[in-house]
Amino acid sequence: MGAMCGLGNNLNDVWNNAINGVSGISKIENIDPNMWPVQIAGVVKNFEISDDLLDPKEKSRFDTFIHYALHCTDEALKQSGLLEAGYDPYMIGSILGTGLGGFPFIEQAHKIYLDKGPRRVSPFFVPSFIPNMATGKISMKWNFRGINHAVSSACASAAHAIGAAASEIMLGRQDAVITGGSEAVVSGLTIAGFNAMKALSKNNDSPETASRPFDKDRNGFVMGEGCGILILENLEKAKARGATILAEVVGFGSTADAYHITSPHPEGEGTIPCMLHAIKQAGIKPSDIDYINAHGTSTPTGDIAETNAIKAAFKEHAYKLSISSTKSMTGHLLGAAGGIESVFCIKAITEGIIPPTINLDEPSEGCDLDYTPNKAVKKEINYVLNNSFGFGGTNSTTIFKKYKGD
Amino acid sequence: MEIQEKVIKIVSEATKVDASNIKAETNFIDDLNLDSLDMVEMMMKMEEEFGVEIPEDKTEDLKTINDVTSFLKSAN
Repeated sequence: MGAMCGLGNNLNDVWNNAINGVSGISKIENIDPNMWPVQIAGVVKNFEISDDLLDPKEKSRFDTFIHYALHCTDEALKQSGLLEAGYDPYMIGSILGTGLGGFPFIEQAHKIYLDKGPRRVSPFFVPSFIPNMATGKISMKWNFRGINHAVSSACASAAHAIGAAASEIMLGRQDAVITGGSEAVVSGLTIAGFNAMKALSKNNDSPETASRPFDKDRNGFVMGEGCGILILENLEKAKARGATILAEVVGFGSTADAYHITSPHPEGEGTIPCMLHAIKQAGIKPSDIDYINAHGTSTPTGDIAETNAIKAAFKEHAYKLSISSTKSMTGHLLGAAGGIESVFCIKAITEGIIPPTINLDEPSEGCDLDYTPNKAVKKEINYVLNNSFGFGGTNSTTIFKKYKGD
Repeated sequence: MEIQEKVIKIVSEATKVDASNIKAETNFIDDLNLDSLDMVEMMMKMEEEFGVEIPEDKTEDLKTINDVTSFLKSAN
């Protein structure tokens, strides 16, 4: 696995900060406050991609989400030993989620187009921003010649990518797939857009406490950026090569609300079946789930709708299982959320620790489940469930199982 | 700065190849491994730096540093 976000630029830093309840949200530096109604985000700090992963002359030719994807894929590959597995290159694919791709570069190029005219638009503009260039560059760097594409379903992108990657392996079409998601769109125009929807918290003076899922004072999500990468592999092949198997993907659910462009269905008619479909595919009962990494974005309507959906899907077990929203620390990584949150789910399994929901000082009315407030909890975990929901009314649930060997 | 010196500086900055390794006869494609997109970008930088317009049908003839330098001298 590989991960980076406002909590750190590698998996260990991200995880250690997460279980210590550190906030990765900070003031966005070097911006014109008049142009940025919201001035806080979970931005990546002190990062420059290594020359080995991206040639110095190429660095300015690819938008940041591509840098993050290469960096985290490199980390995941080193951990997995996949490069030494001897698989046919055509049997290794990459499917990554991104909600907006290289939107900041589109914004910059459009300014050049308006200010200087069409002849000044770079020939590298289109390859710099297209959503599938992250997997494209991964294929070129490591010679992975199998399936290669991007999944874009807003804030559910990475989760859908993981579902698609698991399907490829289950169908026997790929031996291994690099998956997860990458997003880096903290830019003036995206912030203005989300702000116009009243979706963002404007707690500019208190960045660390702005993202507060399920808390009574929550007032919108905080944008984050970063990347979470998993390497999915055919179980039998992974066992045969002696790979360190971290967990199994056992269930995937995907539904549409068919209700509203941005608001969740108030009765959870999309999200409840989504969770139950995943549980059914996993061949388990709702009561087998030990931990839910919630979508929990810290918006007034979203958190209560998800809470109600969990109650409807899990009945009395909803009050026994552990829930947390790591977005309280990372901010909302949009199309990469399901990637980094799947990393948290798997670390929760392997370490037996549930990362907390920070800033949960007083639960909002109706939010009466165990959200693991403010402090990580040690717990033996066999099954975790990750929810990712996106604008357009798209929902995705992934279930991971502890790997216990034969 | 001489035109050629300026051209070499632009090429060096874009390709990250040390200026001392770029000569008048250096060929963009054979010596510097530039592809068609690199070439378009390079010509855009020349246009911007020297305030000239390089017609699209002309760019195919500009294969070396010397070709560019000569073109720029004639364009001025």
